[in-house]
Amino acid sequence: MMNKLRILRFLLEKEFKQIKRDSLLLRLMIFIPLLQLIVLPFAANFEMKNINLAIVDNDHSPISTRLTDKIRSSAYFNVAVEQKSYESALFFMQKNKADIIVEYPSRMENKLVREGKASLSLTANAVNATKAGLGSAYLATIIRQYNLDLTSVGKTSSVQVKSMYLYNPYLDYKAYMVPGILAFLLTLVGGFLSALNIVGEKEKGTIEQINVTPVPKSLFLLSKLIPFWVLGLFILTLGLLLSWIIYGFVPVGRLWVIYLFAALYLIALTGLGLAVSSISSTQQQAMFTMFFCNMLFALLSGLFTPISSMPGWAQTITLFNPVRYFVEVMRMIYLKGSSFSDITGYFLIVCLFLVLFNTFAVIGYRKKS
Amino acid sequence: MKQFLSFLQKEFYHIFRDLRTTLIMIVIPIVLVVLFGYAITTEIKNARFVVLDQSRDVTTRHLIDRLDANAYFDFYKQVENFDEIETLFRQNKIKMAVVFPPDFSKNREIKTEIQLLADASDPNESTVLIEYATSIFQSELRRNSDFTSVGIVPVVRLLYNPQMKDAYNFVPGVMGMILILICSLMTSVGIVREKEYGSMEVLLVSPLKSVYIILAKATPYLLISFVNILLILGLSYFLLDVPIVGSLWVVIFLSLVYALVALSLGLLISTIANTQQSAMLICGMALMLPVILLSGMIFPIENMPWILQVLSNLIPARWYIVALRDVMIKGLGIIDILPELTILLLMTFFLILLSVKRFKTRLE
Repeated sequence: MMNKLRILRFLLEKEFKQIKRDSLLLRLMIFIPLLQLIVLPFAANFEMKNINLAIVDNDHSPISTRLTDKIRSSAYFNVAVEQKSYESALFFMQKNKADIIVEYPSRMENKLVREGKASLSLTANAVNATKAGLGSAYLATIIRQYNLDLTSVGKTSSVQVKSMYLYNPYLDYKAYMVPGILAFLLTLVGGFLSALNIVGEKEKGTIEQINVTPVPKSLFLLSKLIPFWVLGLFILTLGLLLSWIIYGFVPVGRLWVIYLFAALYLIALTGLGLAVSSISSTQQQAMFTMFFCNMLFALLSGLFTPISSMPGWAQTITLFNPVRYFVEVMRMIYLKGSSFSDITGYFLIVCLFLVLFNTFAVIGYRKKS
Repeated sequence: MKQFLSFLQKEFYHIFRDLRTTLIMIVIPIVLVVLFGYAITTEIKNARFVVLDQSRDVTTRHLIDRLDANAYFDFYKQVENFDEIETLFRQNKIKMAVVFPPDFSKNREIKTEIQLLADASDPNESTVLIEYATSIFQSELRRNSDFTSVGIVPVVRLLYNPQMKDAYNFVPGVMGMILILICSLMTSVGIVREKEYGSMEVLLVSPLKSVYIILAKATPYLLISFVNILLILGLSYFLLDVPIVGSLWVVIFLSLVYALVALSLGLLISTIANTQQSAMLICGMALMLPVILLSGMIFPIENMPWILQVLSNLIPARWYIVALRDVMIKGLGIIDILPELTILLLMTFFLILLSVKRFKTRLE
């Protein structure tokens, strides 16, 4: 036992020296994730606050003018440019300068007074479906509110529907993205970099030297795993600090739960990376395989789009995606303050992944070629 | 010419011998199209909600049934108190909770309220959920009372993409990403690997001109990306029903121009990097990530802070995606995308100039 520990210590010394000496790689390894944490939340923003409108007012009545003012004062819309005709507004839209055209028909007020009902047309550029959908939903809300204002002179509805936004009352999209991105960063460090490691030794031929030594393969893999584990936890700490300094986000839940989960998760992902590494023969191949996996993981993790929106078969696939659980856990702890007992199920799952991936790694790595 | 051809043959052997990588190169576009076409949507459905019903009368039961019948919502269960709601939220089991006060039916003609609690972790989703639940309840309550609906009714028309398919938005984006991935990343790694192995020296002392060496490296990847372009277009046309309104030739021409930009980027990187790992990291950091994030492929550019918007102008994929959308979906002609084409060609020219310059200094 003591002997094994001694071997491990030497192997680790070698690994850390290797990482330290490749100064470009080390700098990239720390710099890239942090850059992502700074840039991503600003870029990955589905917050729809910059919807551009073109307004065609054929009515020119007090009612239409007041509605226009109401739309203008809403925070969702960026600019609302008046256009002379529907055709000119359409041209404006083709130039990508407007997302939605609001057109009041002529004699709208007249009709509204006489018949109690009038229609106005919203034409949305649906190339970006999310924007078109949310934009027209916002407009519909404003119009409904406006209708209530108009009718409230006579009657008010006696039932009020009150809504409360829990956990993220200011509807800050960054508060949603930052914990998720932190989770994804650890995935990149644990999975991607470790995948290039063993195969790099293979390409250089140095793995032969390890293979002829009596070092057992589990010990060798352990020595490969530990540096990335340390690096991952280091980046997690840095990421937690940065998201506090830059964005002012502090997890509502307990820090130790985050660390415990991240520690287990990193071992699992590093195991996957090492498994890929040992079944690849070139770095290009390992990188491509990992790229493929990571792409699938990222898209099917719920990081960018909600899992509940996916069709049944895709939701089933996400069950086998470790990233999904980590993203969820990070968001739960960060925003909702979920405790250890709330997420014991997630802990069990990550342990399963840990055992599975690392078994693959040990089986995949052969000393004989 | 014969020399060049045999050189080309060598490059093809290199690529096709690595069966797994070749397979992934072909499979990635297919997987992306299928995923984006069917799985990646922001459309909300089956959001689970619980009800804390303190009156349990006919009206509340009716309202719950109405909400459950909507495709957006899925009734999870009745709960007894607020603590239970809180726990379910923290365990990520539900997205929304509806709270009815006691004696709802009795008080509804006088004054009462319905409370909607949403998990706003995801701001967009919660906004839409609240918006829908509110309008369902209001229209339902209004129908039961003598309250006649008065007012302006918006009629929504969706242009260019009437079924609101996200596919229209992302197919151009996926093409932009795949071409960068194959043309830039694979080319640069392929060249740098020869450097690392030391076989680059051998090639450089051969009588073959260095231009041909580079050309031979680039041709197979250009060919593969051409296959990929056709594959993506075919899949999105036949599988996802994404139309190609404009001319197919313009689409192909535009894609080839973009592939050239990507290739010249790959060349430039191969003159900078000395190891495969750094080539990959540079490609990943300087190309892939910006393409995914800043090109407007997934995330709207208008939402970004101005500095990122300025940066996005430097990303070739941004211009390509805009032009491709114009041609494919809006059906504009080649005249309308001239500015984008010019920018892409200028970028190619500049990048090749830069890499030729660097390539020469390396030989000295």
